Amino acid sequence: MSQLLELTAAQAASRIAAGELTAEEYLATYADAAAGDDLNAYLWNRGPDDEGQAATGGNGETPIRGVPVAIKDLFCTEGVPTTAGSRILEGYRPPYTATAVRRLDAAGAQLLGKTNMDEFGMGSSNENSGYGAVRNPWDAKRVPGGSSGGSAAAVAGRLAPCAIGTDTGGSIRQPASLCGIVGLKPTYGAISRYGMIAFASSLDQCGTLTRDVTDAALLLGAMEGRDPCDSTSVGIEGGVERPTREDLSGLSFGVPRELSAEAEGIEAGVAAAFERALGTIRELGGEVDECELPNCAHGLSAYYVIAPAEASANLARYDGVRFGLRSDGDGDLVDMYERTRDLGFGAEVKRRIMLGTYALSSGYYDAYYGRAQRVRTRIVEDFAGAFERFDFLVTPTSPTVAFELGARTADPLAMYLSDYCTVPMSLAGIPAISIPAGLAEPDGGGPELPVGLQIAAPAFAESPLLAAAYAIERGIGFEALPAGVVGA
Amino acid sequence: MIDREQVLHVARLARLALSNEEIERMSGELPAILEHVERMNELDLDGVEPTSHVVALENVLRADEPRPSWDRDRVLEGAPDPSDGAFRVPSPQA
Repeated sequence: MSQLLELTAAQAASRIAAGELTAEEYLATYADAAAGDDLNAYLWNRGPDDEGQAATGGNGETPIRGVPVAIKDLFCTEGVPTTAGSRILEGYRPPYTATAVRRLDAAGAQLLGKTNMDEFGMGSSNENSGYGAVRNPWDAKRVPGGSSGGSAAAVAGRLAPCAIGTDTGGSIRQPASLCGIVGLKPTYGAISRYGMIAFASSLDQCGTLTRDVTDAALLLGAMEGRDPCDSTSVGIEGGVERPTREDLSGLSFGVPRELSAEAEGIEAGVAAAFERALGTIRELGGEVDECELPNCAHGLSAYYVIAPAEASANLARYDGVRFGLRSDGDGDLVDMYERTRDLGFGAEVKRRIMLGTYALSSGYYDAYYGRAQRVRTRIVEDFAGAFERFDFLVTPTSPTVAFELGARTADPLAMYLSDYCTVPMSLAGIPAISIPAGLAEPDGGGPELPVGLQIAAPAFAESPLLAAAYAIERGIGFEALPAGVVGA
Repeated sequence: MIDREQVLHVARLARLALSNEEIERMSGELPAILEHVERMNELDLDGVEPTSHVVALENVLRADEPRPSWDRDRVLEGAPDPSDGAFRVPSPQA
Protein backbone atom coordinates (compact mmCIF):
# COMPACT_ATOMS: atom_id res chain seq x y z
CA MET A 1 0.00 0.00 0.00
CA SER A 2 2.75 2.39 0.92
CA GLN A 3 4.11 2.46 -2.64
CA LEU A 4 0.99 4.46 -3.41
CA LEU A 5 2.52 7.29 -1.38
CA GLU A 6 5.33 7.53 -3.94
CA LEU A 7 2.99 8.41 -6.80
CA THR A 8 2.38 11.97 -7.91
CA ALA A 9 -1.27 13.01 -8.06
CA ALA A 10 -1.19 12.80 -11.87
CA GLN A 11 0.24 9.27 -11.79
CA ALA A 12 -2.33 8.08 -9.28
CA ALA A 13 -5.20 9.67 -11.20
CA SER A 14 -4.16 7.94 -14.41
CA ARG A 15 -4.01 4.59 -12.58
CA ILE A 16 -7.47 5.24 -11.20
CA ALA A 17 -8.74 6.18 -14.68
CA ALA A 18 -7.22 2.97 -16.09
CA GLY A 19 -8.92 0.86 -13.42
CA GLU A 20 -5.60 -0.24 -11.87
CA LEU A 21 -6.32 1.50 -8.59
CA THR A 22 -9.55 2.42 -6.86
CA ALA A 23 -10.18 5.91 -5.55
CA GLU A 24 -11.31 4.28 -2.26
CA GLU A 25 -7.99 2.49 -1.76
CA TYR A 26 -5.99 5.58 -2.63
CA LEU A 27 -8.02 7.72 -0.26
CA ALA A 28 -7.75 5.15 2.54
CA THR A 29 -3.96 5.10 2.18
CA TYR A 30 -3.74 8.84 2.61
CA ALA A 31 -6.38 8.97 5.32
CA ASP A 32 -4.13 6.56 7.27
CA ALA A 33 -1.04 8.64 6.59
CA ALA A 34 -2.79 11.86 7.60
CA ALA A 35 -4.12 10.26 10.79
CA GLY A 36 -0.51 9.45 11.74
CA ASP A 37 0.51 13.11 11.29
CA ASP A 38 3.56 13.73 13.52
CA LEU A 39 4.29 17.18 12.06
CA ASN A 40 1.15 18.96 13.38
CA ALA A 41 0.43 19.60 9.69
CA TYR A 42 -3.31 18.96 10.00
CA LEU A 43 -5.88 20.76 12.11
CA TRP A 44 -8.59 18.37 10.98
CA ASN A 45 -8.44 15.23 8.87
CA ARG A 46 -11.11 12.79 7.81
CA GLY A 47 -9.51 9.93 9.74
CA PRO A 48 -8.83 6.32 8.73
CA ASP A 49 -12.32 5.10 9.65
CA ASP A 50 -14.11 7.56 7.45
CA GLU A 51 -14.80 5.59 4.32
CA GLY A 52 -15.73 8.81 2.64
CA GLN A 53 -17.36 9.07 -0.69
CA ALA A 54 -14.73 8.66 -3.31
CA ALA A 55 -15.07 10.79 -6.42
CA THR A 56 -18.48 12.15 -5.67
CA GLY A 57 -18.17 15.32 -7.69
CA GLY A 58 -19.22 15.75 -11.28
CA ASN A 59 -19.07 13.17 -14.01
CA GLY A 60 -16.69 12.09 -16.71
CA GLU A 61 -12.93 11.98 -16.98
CA THR A 62 -10.82 14.64 -15.32
CA PRO A 63 -7.06 14.48 -14.75
CA ILE A 64 -7.49 14.57 -10.93
CA ARG A 65 -10.47 12.28 -10.39
CA GLY A 66 -9.96 10.35 -7.15
CA VAL A 67 -7.06 12.46 -5.87
CA PRO A 68 -7.23 13.45 -2.16
CA VAL A 69 -6.28 17.09 -1.57
CA ALA A 70 -5.20 18.74 1.69
CA ILE A 71 -6.84 22.15 2.07
CA LYS A 72 -5.32 25.07 3.96
CA ASP A 73 -7.62 25.91 6.85
CA LEU A 74 -8.19 29.38 5.38
CA PHE A 75 -10.76 27.92 2.97
CA CYS A 76 -14.34 27.62 4.15
CA THR A 77 -15.67 24.05 3.96
CA GLU A 78 -19.33 23.51 4.69
CA GLY A 79 -19.87 21.71 7.98
CA VAL A 80 -16.13 21.03 8.40
CA PRO A 81 -14.18 22.99 11.05
CA THR A 82 -12.48 26.08 9.58
CA THR A 83 -10.26 28.14 11.87
CA ALA A 84 -7.84 30.16 9.68
CA GLY A 85 -5.30 29.05 12.32
CA SER A 86 -6.96 31.39 14.82
CA ARG A 87 -8.45 30.74 18.24
CA ILE A 88 -11.05 33.37 17.41
CA LEU A 89 -12.63 30.88 14.97
CA GLU A 90 -12.25 27.77 17.12
CA GLY A 91 -15.20 25.45 16.51
CA TYR A 92 -16.52 27.44 13.55
CA ARG A 93 -18.22 25.34 10.88
CA PRO A 94 -18.99 27.48 7.83
CA PRO A 95 -22.41 27.29 6.17
CA TYR A 96 -20.78 27.22 2.70
CA THR A 97 -17.75 25.98 0.75
CA ALA A 98 -15.13 28.11 -1.01
CA THR A 99 -15.34 28.16 -4.81
CA ALA A 100 -11.78 26.78 -5.21
CA VAL A 101 -12.68 23.74 -3.07
CA ARG A 102 -16.00 23.32 -4.88
CA ARG A 103 -14.20 23.23 -8.19
CA LEU A 104 -11.78 20.57 -6.96
CA ASP A 105 -14.76 18.54 -5.82
CA ALA A 106 -16.46 18.99 -9.19
CA ALA A 107 -13.30 17.62 -10.83
CA GLY A 108 -13.55 14.50 -8.68
CA ALA A 109 -10.89 15.37 -6.08
CA GLN A 110 -11.50 14.45 -2.43
CA LEU A 111 -11.15 16.48 0.75
CA LEU A 112 -8.37 14.81 2.79
CA GLY A 113 -8.04 17.31 5.62
CA LYS A 114 -7.57 20.93 6.66
CA THR A 115 -4.00 22.06 7.18
CA ASN A 116 -2.34 24.13 9.87
CA MET A 117 -1.22 27.65 9.05
CA ASP A 118 -0.04 30.94 10.48
CA GLU A 119 -3.05 32.74 11.93
CA PHE A 120 -5.04 34.38 9.09
CA GLY A 121 -2.02 33.82 6.81
CA MET A 122 0.22 36.17 8.77
CA GLY A 123 3.63 34.61 9.15
CA SER A 124 6.57 32.94 7.45
CA SER A 125 7.25 30.04 9.82
CA ASN A 126 3.88 28.65 10.93
CA GLU A 127 4.81 29.54 14.50
CA ASN A 128 1.95 32.05 14.53
CA SER A 129 -0.69 29.31 14.43
CA GLY A 130 -3.13 29.37 17.33
CA TYR A 131 -2.84 25.56 17.33
CA GLY A 132 0.92 25.02 17.64
CA ALA A 133 3.81 25.16 15.21
CA VAL A 134 4.24 22.77 12.28
CA ARG A 135 7.50 20.83 11.95
CA ASN A 136 9.56 20.60 8.80
CA PRO A 137 9.78 16.96 7.62
CA TRP A 138 13.43 17.55 6.65
CA ASP A 139 14.37 18.41 10.24
CA ALA A 140 11.84 18.42 13.07
CA LYS A 141 13.76 21.21 14.84
CA ARG A 142 13.09 23.55 11.91
CA VAL A 143 10.12 25.49 10.57
CA PRO A 144 8.29 24.48 7.36
CA GLY A 145 7.87 28.13 6.37
CA GLY A 146 4.55 29.87 6.22
CA SER A 147 1.88 30.75 6.14
CA SER A 148 0.85 27.62 4.18
CA GLY A 149 3.27 25.57 6.30
CA GLY A 150 0.86 22.73 7.09
CA SER A 151 0.08 22.22 3.39
CA ALA A 152 3.81 22.26 2.51
CA ALA A 153 4.82 19.89 5.33
CA ALA A 154 1.95 17.50 4.51
CA VAL A 155 3.02 17.21 0.85
CA ALA A 156 6.76 16.98 1.61
CA GLY A 157 6.15 14.48 4.44
CA ARG A 158 3.86 12.36 2.25
CA LEU A 159 0.84 12.96 4.40
CA ALA A 160 -0.96 14.28 1.30
CA PRO A 161 -0.40 13.81 -2.44
CA CYS A 162 -1.04 17.51 -3.05
CA ALA A 163 -2.46 20.54 -1.33
CA ILE A 164 -3.83 24.00 -1.86
CA GLY A 165 -2.84 27.13 0.00
CA THR A 166 -2.94 30.88 -0.29
CA ASP A 167 -0.19 33.36 -1.03
CA THR A 168 -0.37 37.02 -0.02
CA GLY A 169 3.35 37.88 0.00
CA GLY A 170 5.01 34.47 -0.39
CA SER A 171 2.85 32.16 1.72
CA ILE A 172 2.86 29.34 -0.86
CA ARG A 173 6.26 29.84 -2.50
CA GLN A 174 8.35 30.25 0.67
CA PRO A 175 7.08 27.12 2.50
CA ALA A 176 7.33 25.13 -0.75
CA SER A 177 10.95 26.25 -0.96
CA LEU A 178 11.72 25.35 2.67
CA CYS A 179 10.08 21.93 2.30
CA GLY A 180 11.56 20.97 -1.09
CA ILE A 181 8.33 20.89 -3.11
CA VAL A 182 6.64 22.90 -5.88
CA GLY A 183 4.56 25.94 -4.93
CA LEU A 184 2.57 27.99 -7.46
CA LYS A 185 1.04 31.40 -6.87
CA PRO A 186 -1.11 32.16 -9.93
CA THR A 187 -1.92 35.62 -11.28
CA TYR A 188 -4.18 37.67 -9.03
CA GLY A 189 -7.67 36.96 -10.32
CA ALA A 190 -6.92 33.50 -11.77
CA ILE A 191 -8.84 31.67 -9.03
CA SER A 192 -11.89 32.90 -7.12
CA ARG A 193 -11.32 34.19 -3.58
CA TYR A 194 -14.93 33.42 -2.58
CA GLY A 195 -14.86 31.49 0.69
CA MET A 196 -11.17 32.16 1.22
CA ILE A 197 -10.97 33.95 4.57
CA ALA A 198 -9.62 37.41 3.76
CA PHE A 199 -6.25 38.73 4.92
CA ALA A 200 -5.24 41.39 2.35
CA SER A 201 -7.81 41.40 -0.41
CA SER A 202 -5.75 43.10 -3.13
CA LEU A 203 -2.97 40.51 -2.69
CA ASP A 204 -4.52 37.20 -1.53
CA GLN A 205 -4.45 34.45 -4.15
CA CYS A 206 -5.19 30.74 -3.98
CA GLY A 207 -2.53 28.39 -5.35
CA THR A 208 -1.03 24.91 -5.18
CA LEU A 209 1.59 22.92 -3.23
CA THR A 210 2.56 19.76 -5.08
CA ARG A 211 5.27 17.18 -5.65
CA ASP A 212 5.92 18.37 -9.18
CA VAL A 213 5.05 20.95 -11.83
CA THR A 214 2.57 18.69 -13.64
CA ASP A 215 0.44 18.32 -10.50
CA ALA A 216 0.48 22.11 -10.09
CA ALA A 217 -0.85 22.52 -13.63
CA LEU A 218 -3.63 19.96 -13.08
CA LEU A 219 -4.86 21.50 -9.82
CA LEU A 220 -4.69 25.01 -11.25
CA GLY A 221 -6.62 23.87 -14.31
CA ALA A 222 -9.37 22.51 -12.09
CA MET A 223 -9.64 25.64 -9.92
CA GLU A 224 -9.14 28.62 -12.26
CA GLY A 225 -12.03 30.49 -13.74
CA ARG A 226 -14.33 33.42 -13.33
CA ASP A 227 -16.76 33.24 -10.43
CA PRO A 228 -19.81 35.49 -10.10
CA CYS A 229 -19.23 35.43 -6.32
CA ASP A 230 -15.83 37.17 -6.68
CA SER A 231 -15.97 40.15 -9.00
CA THR A 232 -12.15 40.36 -9.09
CA SER A 233 -11.85 36.83 -10.52
CA VAL A 234 -11.25 36.58 -14.25
CA GLY A 235 -9.82 33.09 -14.82
CA ILE A 236 -7.10 32.17 -17.29
CA GLU A 237 -8.08 32.60 -20.92
CA GLY A 238 -7.66 29.34 -22.80
CA GLY A 239 -7.24 27.36 -19.56
CA VAL A 240 -4.04 25.70 -18.37
CA GLU A 241 -1.98 23.46 -20.65
CA ARG A 242 -0.39 20.32 -19.28
CA PRO A 243 3.36 21.05 -19.42
CA THR A 244 5.53 18.97 -21.77
CA ARG A 245 8.36 21.30 -22.75
CA GLU A 246 11.82 19.72 -22.69
CA ASP A 247 14.15 22.58 -23.52
CA LEU A 248 14.31 26.33 -23.13
CA SER A 249 15.58 27.35 -26.54
CA GLY A 250 14.32 30.75 -27.61
CA LEU A 251 13.40 31.74 -24.04
CA SER A 252 15.08 34.49 -22.07
CA PHE A 253 15.47 34.67 -18.28
CA GLY A 254 16.23 37.88 -16.41
CA VAL A 255 18.04 37.76 -13.08
CA PRO A 256 17.09 40.82 -11.02
CA ARG A 257 20.16 41.78 -9.02
CA GLU A 258 18.09 43.28 -6.18
CA LEU A 259 16.33 39.96 -5.57
CA SER A 260 19.24 37.57 -6.05
CA ALA A 261 22.93 38.27 -5.29
CA GLU A 262 22.05 41.55 -3.53
CA ALA A 263 18.97 40.26 -1.70
CA GLU A 264 18.96 41.17 1.97
CA GLY A 265 20.23 38.29 4.14
CA ILE A 266 20.90 35.80 1.35
CA GLU A 267 22.85 32.73 2.51
CA ALA A 268 25.97 31.50 0.70
CA GLY A 269 24.50 28.04 0.13
CA VAL A 270 21.31 29.49 -1.35
CA ALA A 271 23.31 31.78 -3.67
CA ALA A 272 25.42 28.81 -4.84
CA ALA A 273 22.37 26.59 -5.51
CA PHE A 274 20.78 29.48 -7.40
CA GLU A 275 23.90 29.86 -9.58
CA ARG A 276 23.80 26.13 -10.35
CA ALA A 277 20.14 26.46 -11.37
CA LEU A 278 21.07 29.30 -13.74
CA GLY A 279 23.66 26.93 -15.24
CA THR A 280 20.92 24.35 -15.81
CA ILE A 281 18.74 26.95 -17.54
CA ARG A 282 21.65 27.80 -19.88
CA GLU A 283 22.33 24.10 -20.58
CA LEU A 284 18.69 23.72 -21.59
CA GLY A 285 19.13 26.47 -24.15
CA GLY A 286 17.72 29.37 -22.16
CA GLU A 287 19.32 32.78 -22.40
CA VAL A 288 20.22 34.24 -18.98
CA ASP A 289 21.07 37.87 -18.35
CA GLU A 290 21.17 40.25 -15.41
CA CYS A 291 18.48 42.89 -15.02
CA GLU A 292 17.29 45.52 -12.59
CA LEU A 293 14.06 46.01 -10.68
CA PRO A 294 15.25 49.12 -8.86
CA ASN A 295 12.10 49.68 -6.79
CA CYS A 296 11.79 46.10 -5.62
CA ALA A 297 14.26 46.67 -2.80
CA HIS A 298 11.38 48.70 -1.31
CA GLY A 299 8.85 45.92 -1.87
CA LEU A 300 8.85 44.77 1.75
CA SER A 301 8.35 48.32 3.02
CA ALA A 302 5.32 48.84 0.78
CA TYR A 303 3.98 45.39 1.59
CA TYR A 304 4.19 45.88 5.35
CA VAL A 305 1.96 48.94 5.00
CA ILE A 306 -0.51 47.70 2.38
CA ALA A 307 -1.10 44.19 3.75
CA PRO A 308 -1.60 45.25 7.40
CA ALA A 309 -3.81 48.15 6.29
CA GLU A 310 -6.11 45.80 4.37
CA ALA A 311 -5.95 43.25 7.20
CA SER A 312 -6.98 45.82 9.81
CA ALA A 313 -10.16 46.42 7.80
CA ASN A 314 -10.82 42.75 6.94
CA LEU A 315 -10.36 41.55 10.53
CA ALA A 316 -12.84 44.08 11.91
CA ARG A 317 -15.51 41.41 11.34
CA TYR A 318 -14.20 39.32 14.26
CA ASP A 319 -16.18 41.08 16.94
CA GLY A 320 -17.87 38.27 18.87
CA VAL A 321 -21.28 38.92 17.30
CA ARG A 322 -21.88 36.64 14.31
CA PHE A 323 -19.42 33.76 14.63
CA GLY A 324 -16.48 32.46 16.60
CA LEU A 325 -15.33 33.38 20.04
CA ARG A 326 -16.96 35.86 22.40
CA SER A 327 -15.60 37.10 25.70
CA ASP A 328 -18.38 38.68 27.73
CA GLY A 329 -17.75 40.69 30.85
CA ASP A 330 -19.92 43.03 32.87
CA GLY A 331 -19.18 45.83 30.46
CA ASP A 332 -20.87 47.29 27.43
CA LEU A 333 -20.76 46.38 23.74
CA VAL A 334 -17.40 48.02 23.01
CA ASP A 335 -15.94 46.31 26.05
CA MET A 336 -17.09 42.95 24.62
CA TYR A 337 -15.50 43.72 21.24
CA GLU A 338 -12.19 44.66 22.85
CA ARG A 339 -12.02 41.67 25.19
CA THR A 340 -13.03 39.21 22.47
CA ARG A 341 -10.39 40.49 20.07
CA ASP A 342 -7.66 40.60 22.70
CA LEU A 343 -8.41 37.03 23.76
CA GLY A 344 -8.97 35.59 20.27
CA PHE A 345 -6.12 37.07 18.23
CA GLY A 346 -2.46 36.06 18.56
CA ALA A 347 0.49 38.43 18.90
CA GLU A 348 1.35 38.75 15.19
CA VAL A 349 -2.24 39.40 14.16
CA LYS A 350 -2.53 42.11 16.79
CA ARG A 351 0.76 43.62 15.65
CA ARG A 352 -0.48 43.82 12.06
CA ILE A 353 -3.87 45.19 13.02
CA MET A 354 -2.07 47.90 15.02
CA LEU A 355 0.33 48.63 12.16
CA GLY A 356 -2.47 48.80 9.62
CA THR A 357 -4.75 50.89 11.80
CA TYR A 358 -1.89 53.33 12.43
CA ALA A 359 -1.02 53.53 8.71
CA LEU A 360 -4.64 54.35 7.88
CA SER A 361 -5.23 56.74 10.76
CA SER A 362 -5.83 60.43 10.33
CA GLY A 363 -2.60 62.34 9.79
CA TYR A 364 -0.56 59.28 8.74
CA TYR A 365 -2.56 57.97 5.78
CA ASP A 366 -0.61 59.86 3.10
CA ALA A 367 2.80 59.25 4.65
CA TYR A 368 2.31 55.50 4.88
CA TYR A 369 -0.61 54.04 2.92
CA GLY A 370 -0.58 56.63 0.13
CA ARG A 371 3.16 56.33 -0.26
CA ALA A 372 3.10 52.53 -0.24
CA GLN A 373 0.50 52.53 -3.02
CA ARG A 374 2.79 54.73 -5.13
CA VAL A 375 5.73 52.40 -4.51
CA ARG A 376 3.44 49.60 -5.66
CA THR A 377 2.90 51.45 -8.95
CA ARG A 378 6.67 51.72 -9.38
CA ILE A 379 7.08 47.99 -8.76
CA VAL A 380 4.38 47.16 -11.32
CA GLU A 381 6.30 49.35 -13.79
CA ASP A 382 9.61 47.65 -12.94
CA PHE A 383 8.15 44.27 -13.89
CA ALA A 384 6.46 45.60 -17.03
CA GLY A 385 9.83 46.98 -18.17
CA ALA A 386 11.66 43.73 -17.42
CA PHE A 387 9.09 41.64 -19.30
CA GLU A 388 9.65 43.74 -22.43
CA ARG A 389 13.11 42.23 -22.49
CA PHE A 390 12.65 38.83 -20.84
CA ASP A 391 10.12 36.00 -20.98
CA PHE A 392 10.71 35.12 -17.30
CA LEU A 393 12.47 36.40 -14.22
CA VAL A 394 14.31 34.06 -11.84
CA THR A 395 15.39 34.55 -8.23
CA PRO A 396 15.97 32.40 -5.16
CA THR A 397 12.55 31.91 -3.51
CA SER A 398 13.78 32.44 0.05
CA PRO A 399 17.05 34.10 1.06
CA THR A 400 17.67 31.21 3.49
CA VAL A 401 16.97 27.52 3.93
CA ALA A 402 14.59 26.41 6.72
CA PHE A 403 15.55 28.04 10.01
CA GLU A 404 15.18 26.62 13.50
CA LEU A 405 11.97 26.91 15.47
CA GLY A 406 12.15 30.01 17.63
CA ALA A 407 15.04 31.57 15.67
CA ARG A 408 13.05 34.58 14.45
CA THR A 409 10.08 34.77 16.81
CA ALA A 410 11.61 37.54 18.95
CA ASP A 411 12.28 39.81 15.98
CA PRO A 412 9.32 40.52 13.67
CA LEU A 413 11.52 42.29 11.11
CA ALA A 414 13.84 39.28 10.76
CA MET A 415 10.75 37.15 10.12
CA TYR A 416 9.42 39.61 7.52
CA LEU A 417 12.71 39.39 5.59
CA SER A 418 11.84 35.73 4.77
CA ASP A 419 9.53 37.16 2.08
CA TYR A 420 12.04 39.58 0.58
CA CYS A 421 12.17 37.83 -2.82
CA THR A 422 8.49 36.88 -3.07
CA VAL A 423 6.67 40.06 -2.02
CA PRO A 424 7.36 42.10 -5.21
CA MET A 425 5.52 39.58 -7.42
CA SER A 426 2.53 39.70 -5.08
CA LEU A 427 2.43 43.49 -5.24
CA ALA A 428 2.50 43.28 -9.05
CA GLY A 429 -0.11 40.49 -9.08
CA ILE A 430 1.95 38.32 -11.43
CA PRO A 431 2.29 34.52 -11.34
CA ALA A 432 5.37 32.90 -9.80
CA ILE A 433 6.37 29.33 -9.03
CA SER A 434 8.96 27.87 -6.67
CA ILE A 435 10.60 24.59 -7.65
CA PRO A 436 13.32 22.69 -5.74
CA ALA A 437 16.79 23.77 -6.94
CA GLY A 438 18.91 21.50 -4.76
CA LEU A 439 20.16 21.25 -1.20
CA ALA A 440 22.37 23.61 0.81
CA GLU A 441 23.66 23.99 4.34
CA PRO A 442 22.51 27.01 6.31
CA ASP A 443 25.07 29.74 7.07
CA GLY A 444 26.99 28.63 10.13
CA GLY A 445 26.57 24.94 9.26
CA GLY A 446 23.85 22.36 9.76
CA PRO A 447 22.04 19.70 7.76
CA GLU A 448 21.57 20.02 4.01
CA LEU A 449 18.14 21.49 3.33
CA PRO A 450 16.08 22.34 0.25
CA VAL A 451 16.59 25.56 -1.73
CA GLY A 452 13.85 26.93 -3.99
CA LEU A 453 14.15 28.56 -7.41
CA GLN A 454 11.46 31.16 -8.10
CA ILE A 455 10.35 31.74 -11.71
CA ALA A 456 8.01 34.67 -12.41
CA ALA A 457 6.05 35.45 -15.59
CA PRO A 458 3.75 38.20 -16.91
CA ALA A 459 0.12 38.21 -15.76
CA PHE A 460 -1.91 35.21 -16.97
CA ALA A 461 1.12 33.54 -18.60
CA GLU A 462 0.62 30.44 -16.41
CA SER A 463 0.86 27.93 -19.28
CA PRO A 464 4.24 29.19 -20.57
CA LEU A 465 5.45 29.53 -16.95
CA LEU A 466 4.53 25.94 -16.12
CA ALA A 467 6.08 24.71 -19.38
CA ALA A 468 9.40 26.40 -18.58
CA ALA A 469 9.27 25.24 -14.95
CA TYR A 470 8.65 21.69 -16.16
CA ALA A 471 11.76 21.76 -18.38
CA ILE A 472 13.88 23.22 -15.56
CA GLU A 473 12.50 20.70 -13.06
CA ARG A 474 13.63 17.86 -15.33
CA GLY A 475 16.97 19.55 -15.94
CA ILE A 476 17.67 19.93 -12.22
CA GLY A 477 16.45 16.40 -11.46
CA PHE A 478 15.86 17.02 -7.74
CA GLU A 479 15.18 13.65 -6.14
CA ALA A 480 16.18 14.11 -2.51
CA LEU A 481 13.55 13.27 0.12
CA PRO A 482 13.33 13.91 3.85
CA ALA A 483 14.72 11.00 5.88
CA GLY A 484 11.99 8.66 7.03
CA VAL A 485 9.41 9.22 4.31
CA VAL A 486 8.45 6.37 2.01
CA GLY A 487 10.93 6.03 -0.85
CA ALA A 488 13.76 7.92 0.90
CA MET B 1 7.26 57.97 15.01
CA ILE B 2 4.84 56.10 17.23
CA ASP B 3 5.03 56.41 21.04
CA ARG B 4 3.21 54.80 23.97
CA GLU B 5 0.35 57.30 23.90
CA GLN B 6 -0.22 56.63 20.22
CA VAL B 7 -0.11 52.87 20.77
CA LEU B 8 -2.97 53.29 23.24
CA HIS B 9 -4.88 55.51 20.82
CA VAL B 10 -4.46 53.07 17.92
CA ALA B 11 -5.44 50.09 20.10
CA ARG B 12 -8.65 51.94 20.91
CA LEU B 13 -9.34 52.59 17.23
CA ALA B 14 -8.71 48.90 16.49
CA ARG B 15 -10.91 47.74 19.39
CA LEU B 16 -8.11 45.80 21.05
CA ALA B 17 -7.91 45.69 24.86
CA LEU B 18 -4.15 45.20 25.06
CA SER B 19 -2.48 44.18 28.32
CA ASN B 20 0.23 46.40 29.80
CA GLU B 21 2.82 43.90 28.65
CA GLU B 22 1.47 44.00 25.09
CA ILE B 23 1.48 47.80 25.09
CA GLU B 24 5.10 47.84 26.23
CA ARG B 25 6.12 45.34 23.55
CA MET B 26 4.26 47.16 20.76
CA SER B 27 5.82 50.48 21.82
CA GLY B 28 9.19 48.90 21.05
CA GLU B 29 8.31 46.79 18.00
CA LEU B 30 6.15 49.15 15.98
CA PRO B 31 8.78 51.95 15.74
CA ALA B 32 11.38 49.40 14.55
CA ILE B 33 9.03 48.14 11.80
CA LEU B 34 8.04 51.68 10.82
CA GLU B 35 11.70 52.65 10.58
CA HIS B 36 12.18 49.92 7.96
CA VAL B 37 8.99 50.98 6.19
CA GLU B 38 10.18 54.58 6.07
CA ARG B 39 13.01 53.56 3.75
CA MET B 40 10.36 54.23 1.09
CA ASN B 41 11.05 57.91 1.70
CA GLU B 42 14.28 57.54 -0.30
CA LEU B 43 12.18 57.28 -3.47
CA ASP B 44 10.99 60.30 -5.41
CA LEU B 45 7.31 59.54 -5.92
CA ASP B 46 6.11 62.93 -7.14
CA GLY B 47 3.47 62.51 -9.81
CA VAL B 48 3.24 58.70 -9.38
CA GLU B 49 -0.34 57.43 -9.34
CA PRO B 50 -1.29 55.09 -6.47
CA THR B 51 -2.13 51.44 -7.20
CA SER B 52 -4.90 49.96 -5.09
CA HIS B 53 -5.62 46.99 -7.32
CA VAL B 54 -3.70 45.22 -10.08
CA VAL B 55 -6.50 43.78 -12.19
CA ALA B 56 -7.94 46.33 -14.59
CA LEU B 57 -11.62 45.76 -13.89
CA GLU B 58 -14.33 48.35 -13.61
CA ASN B 59 -17.98 48.07 -12.70
CA VAL B 60 -18.41 44.31 -12.80
CA LEU B 61 -22.17 44.04 -12.97
CA ARG B 62 -24.76 41.31 -12.96
CA ALA B 63 -28.48 41.21 -13.58
CA ASP B 64 -30.43 42.40 -10.54
CA GLU B 65 -32.45 39.23 -10.07
CA PRO B 66 -33.76 38.14 -6.67
CA ARG B 67 -32.63 34.71 -5.52
CA PRO B 68 -32.91 32.81 -2.27
CA SER B 69 -30.40 33.58 0.44
CA TRP B 70 -29.25 31.29 3.22
CA ASP B 71 -31.65 29.99 5.76
CA ARG B 72 -31.64 32.22 8.87
CA ASP B 73 -31.24 29.34 11.32
CA ARG B 74 -28.23 28.05 9.44
CA VAL B 75 -26.52 31.42 9.62
CA LEU B 76 -27.30 31.76 13.33
CA GLU B 77 -25.82 28.32 14.07
CA GLY B 78 -22.33 29.79 14.29
CA ALA B 79 -23.30 32.77 16.45
CA PRO B 80 -22.09 32.91 20.07
CA ASP B 81 -25.43 34.22 21.37
CA PRO B 82 -28.37 33.86 18.99
CA SER B 83 -31.75 34.93 20.30
CA ASP B 84 -35.19 35.09 18.67
CA GLY B 85 -33.74 34.80 15.18
CA ALA B 86 -31.19 37.56 15.77
CA PHE B 87 -27.69 38.17 17.10
CA ARG B 88 -27.82 39.27 20.73
CA VAL B 89 -25.12 41.63 22.05
CA PRO B 90 -24.49 43.48 25.32
CA SER B 91 -26.06 46.92 25.62
CA PRO B 92 -24.03 49.74 24.07
CA GLN B 93 -24.40 51.56 27.39
CA ALA B 94 -24.15 49.04 30.19
